[in-house]
Amino acid sequence: MVRAVLIAIVTLYLGLLTVAPLVAIAVDGFGEGALVLARKMLSPEALGALSRSLLVTAIAVVFHAVAGTATALVLVRQRFVGSRLLDILVDMPLAVSPVMTGLAFIILLGRGGWLSPVLDALHLKVLFSLPGMVLATLFVTLPFVVREVSNVLKELGTEEEEAAATLGASRLACFWRITLPNIRSALTFGVTLTAARSLGEFGAVLILGGSIAGQTDTATTFVYASVEERDPISAAGMSLVLACLSSMLLLALQALKRKKEKVSWASK
Amino acid sequence: MGIEVTNLTKRFGDFVAVEDVSFRIEKGRLAALLGPSGGGKSTILRIIAGLEVAENGSVLLDGERVDHLHTRKRDMGFVFQHYALFRHMTVGQNIGFGLEVRGVASRDRRRKVGRMLELVGLPGLGNRYPHELSGGQRQRVALARALATEPRLLLLDEPFGAVDAKIRAELGRWLRTMHDEINVTSIFVTHDQEEAMSLSDQVLIISQGRLEQVGSPVEILDHPRTEFVARFVGDVNVFDGVVRQGRAEFGPLAFPIKHAQDGAAVRVVVRSYDFELYPDASGPATVQRVLPLGDRVKVDAIIDGLGPISAQFPRSNPFAEHVLPGTRVGVGVSHARSYTLQ
Repeated sequence: MVRAVLIAIVTLYLGLLTVAPLVAIAVDGFGEGALVLARKMLSPEALGALSRSLLVTAIAVVFHAVAGTATALVLVRQRFVGSRLLDILVDMPLAVSPVMTGLAFIILLGRGGWLSPVLDALHLKVLFSLPGMVLATLFVTLPFVVREVSNVLKELGTEEEEAAATLGASRLACFWRITLPNIRSALTFGVTLTAARSLGEFGAVLILGGSIAGQTDTATTFVYASVEERDPISAAGMSLVLACLSSMLLLALQALKRKKEKVSWASK
Repeated sequence: MGIEVTNLTKRFGDFVAVEDVSFRIEKGRLAALLGPSGGGKSTILRIIAGLEVAENGSVLLDGERVDHLHTRKRDMGFVFQHYALFRHMTVGQNIGFGLEVRGVASRDRRRKVGRMLELVGLPGLGNRYPHELSGGQRQRVALARALATEPRLLLLDEPFGAVDAKIRAELGRWLRTMHDEINVTSIFVTHDQEEAMSLSDQVLIISQGRLEQVGSPVEILDHPRTEFVARFVGDVNVFDGVVRQGRAEFGPLAFPIKHAQDGAAVRVVVRSYDFELYPDASGPATVQRVLPLGDRVKVDAIIDGLGPISAQFPRSNPFAEHVLPGTRVGVGVSHARSYTLQ
């Protein structure tokens, strides 16, 4: 009896928190029919915002796949003065508000900011343009690949690589043949989290990109702007697109998790 | 020829892991580095393989200096305690890895892998993954992988440390047989005396980073050169005392000491099987416990005015049935070793 009540409560509150909003968005989105929704979503404004989101996400994913793996290798394998501190700093983006991050970068890079002479000299425009949005996204997604890969590297140790070296493998061969296959699922997991977080980022991208319609708006800022402009169908439609993308990533994560469990079980 | 190391020294911070170690192992021999855990045995092995860099000293393989070479160029097979098999590769791919990075054609590689699998007694398991094998089988694969490239030296770090006692003894005998078949100069690290004594041609006793003694198993057992070796090898009794008139006395026991002057502090070491106990109502000792250990009996006794000792003798010894807890026994010593204390 108690068990049934508990299950009912959990189902109800999870449903209220997750399914109900999705249903609400869907009802709103299709409120004037699928055709209207499709037309709104295929408008140049909507497509532009969505493609910018996807572009920024793609850049973040590629960048962190490479730089994150390299960072994890250095942090786990090298012990140097300050390595512990760097290890903690990697997690900082999880703890601070993205809005604060955006503001900090504006102070750093904006007109009269500390780094503005450098940017001016290089004729680089970072704020309120694609580079600013990329920068914001890179910051908020910093920990995912680094964390996932670091944990696996720590667990793996260096014995397999040492074995490869005694068998005559070069450093490069060690990395491609031994290290990379061993961290592959962690790397994919980290990259998927990075993609999910990138697509959903709002605060930092809004502040650093400025959400200029047709220039620096993304899927999330497009939703915000549509609400402001009293265009509920566009807002709900774009939200639905984001929800679909997130669900796909969620499913991918589930599949990876199952694979990861299998691999770590196998290595025992 | 063979492997020769001279004056190896390695520190980790303030900790001296290896201190001025020099030895030489002739080609084709199987040698054991034996000593307590944390004594620097594995570090020596890792320095030879180039996995660790020594601060001082040199490593010569067949008369040629190799210590400036990277691990991958040393041509030494290394077997790790926890196998270190490549978990994402099949057994066959593991064994063929060394050949593959050397650019051996895949057909030749397959043939060699097949031969190696047969050599280690695992034919037909080439398509399995390491996690599908037992510990003993994994260790055989690790050995096959290390030998596939026909290395000039085979190094084994506690090769049987991670398997249970029965498999351990079996793998040990098998290693010896295989070594005699392919005759590659080999060094294995172990903390198990029996394993070292029963498998190797040459035993090197390592303690606290120093080489205590090198010799055949018989030499180490019968002529321990240092007090550490005497105490480490076999079950021993240790008595500390002072030399008086060429003798050291411990209660009813007296040992002639030739190499020390009167007044010098000495330590006398008696192996448990060098004690002779026999029933004697007027003897100086009382039996405390009798433990049957397979073919041997271990007896703990207390000698009046001296304290506890431990002795061992074959169960077939006719006295065995008369030596019971509480009996008074006589004590004889067939062999004792004495070392002057600084």
